[in-house]
Amino acid sequence: MSRSHPVIELRAATKTYQLGEIEVRALRGVSVKIERGEMVAIMGSSGSGKSTLMNIVGCLDSPSTGSYLLDGVDVRRFDEDELADVRNRKLGFVFQSFNLVARTRAQAQVELPLAYGGVARAERRRRAAAALEMVGLSDRADHLPSELSGGQQQRVAVARAVVTNPALILADEPTGNLDSVSTDEVLSIFERLNAEGRTVVLITHEPEVAERASRVIRLADGQVIEDTQLTRAA
Amino acid sequence: MIGVESVVIALQGLLANRLRSALTVLGMLIGVASVIVLIAVGKGSQAEVQSRIEALGTNVLLVMAPRGVGGARSNASQAQSLTMADATALQNSFDAPDILSATPVVTASPTITFDGTSYTPSSFLGATPTIFTARTYAPEAGAFFTSSDVTNHDRVVVLGETVVSNVFGGTNPIGQTVQIGGDNFTVVGVTQPKGSNGTEDQDDVAIAPITAVQDSLTGFGPISEILVQAKSEGALNAASAEVTGILDGLHHISATSSSSFTVINQGSLLQTSSATSDVFTTLLGEVAAISLLVGGIGVMNIMLVTVTERTREIGIRKAIGARKADILSQFLIEAVLVSVLGGLAGVIVGLATTRFTIAGVQPVPSAGSVGLAFGAAVVVGLFFGTYPASRAASLRPIDALRYE
Repeated sequence: MSRSHPVIELRAATKTYQLGEIEVRALRGVSVKIERGEMVAIMGSSGSGKSTLMNIVGCLDSPSTGSYLLDGVDVRRFDEDELADVRNRKLGFVFQSFNLVARTRAQAQVELPLAYGGVARAERRRRAAAALEMVGLSDRADHLPSELSGGQQQRVAVARAVVTNPALILADEPTGNLDSVSTDEVLSIFERLNAEGRTVVLITHEPEVAERASRVIRLADGQVIEDTQLTRAA
Repeated sequence: MIGVESVVIALQGLLANRLRSALTVLGMLIGVASVIVLIAVGKGSQAEVQSRIEALGTNVLLVMAPRGVGGARSNASQAQSLTMADATALQNSFDAPDILSATPVVTASPTITFDGTSYTPSSFLGATPTIFTARTYAPEAGAFFTSSDVTNHDRVVVLGETVVSNVFGGTNPIGQTVQIGGDNFTVVGVTQPKGSNGTEDQDDVAIAPITAVQDSLTGFGPISEILVQAKSEGALNAASAEVTGILDGLHHISATSSSSFTVINQGSLLQTSSATSDVFTTLLGEVAAISLLVGGIGVMNIMLVTVTERTREIGIRKAIGARKADILSQFLIEAVLVSVLGGLAGVIVGLATTRFTIAGVQPVPSAGSVGLAFGAAVVVGLFFGTYPASRAASLRPIDALRYE
């Protein structure tokens, strides 16, 4: 975990899907390094390969060729359960459709990754409560997903993503289903997390969301076409 | 992710689809309850046979003269009737060392009248006092008649409970005089109730000294049967051979001709029927096991639906770090929980049902069958839950997350 290696390092990663007779080349050699503490927006139109990239970066999928090092470790060596542990400890996911577990109260929802990580119960309670407080939902801890607004659900999802203290927070269109007020709330939380030194990778197609990142990577046809460092406003 | 929490999570999963879960639980319930009830019915009928064996008396052989054997009877009727002398001969301890007692019995069907009330018991026997030990009757009130009553042709009678209640109502019968076939008989004893042996009421009986019955009812012709009690269960076969040998000698029946007397070991007949009902119990248990299996298929069916419905949830759980074993145990616990709930409810319903008489049999529930049924339910849940749960566990997270 030293600072000597980037959080994400993709080396000429490709991904090819076989859809019946047709070969779909979703990624055609992507090489990207993302350093600790960056807040990166990955942009691109649909079909540009950004979801595939997100899946690979999130250890949900592996590249066909090339390599992917998460925190300096090549994840292709890992088996399924080891990948589950990597996702549990090093990654926090936030999805466009919130993806909360149904019928599970916010507190238990945020405790879930800790439970899978084998954290003791009392410790779990404490850390989940802290995470919920960070996203400003302490008063909603015993609410079910169905009792929360979209913005609140996404904030619970953010709390669940950060509760294990991961190296990387990965958000796939996190504001895609939110109104402008909720979008602002959620992005503020990401900014705050980033300010605390966490690495945040956002996938988005909304320029105003991308504007709040420190770096924007554009994809098209499975390749990086632009990689820009931004100077953050405020 | 083990222990109480997993069970709570599984319970929440079940409660999310109450009707569906309830129907699956019902399937298991029926399976478990039917195992318990059907085995109990089998055991009940076995117990009934057992009590019938005990009611017959211990180690008892019944010797009967053949009735209506066609042509053989016309020329050999004398040779083929049982007499008091036969009964006496069977009590010779030198010729018949394995016979404890031989009781001559005559039967009649007279009406018993007392104070204007008449009643005809289904069984009216004239016998010697050894019948009481052979048939295991015990006195409830008064005393049984003795051999001196037999010698003196005393007009005394011992009544069964059913006869007493029909003839006397509430009156104490001991010492009362009843009219039987025109003669006055004094009631000296009442037998302890033995209940039904399944086919007949064993308390619907009246027993008097054989000499008195012959005097007033049957005359001194052939007797109906001889009840032979062997010294032990192991001596039954030897006693049976001695009976045949002695009677054949007395009646000049050659060893080559078929013996004219029937020696029935009723106990062994009933043991055969006990073995039959053993098979019956096993069959019933197997039929019930099939319904348990069907219940298990119901569990599997519903678990497959649940896994499909919750594919996305599985994807989410995997994305945040659930290992294969976590998902496997989650769904396995849910399946086992269904079968355990069904099993518990089935045990309750099954035990409640065995309190009622089913098809004329009072079921006898056994701890073994309850344990077996419940254990089988849990195993069925595990077995049929494994496939859906492993299917859930082996879903690729990326596919599961994309599932709509």
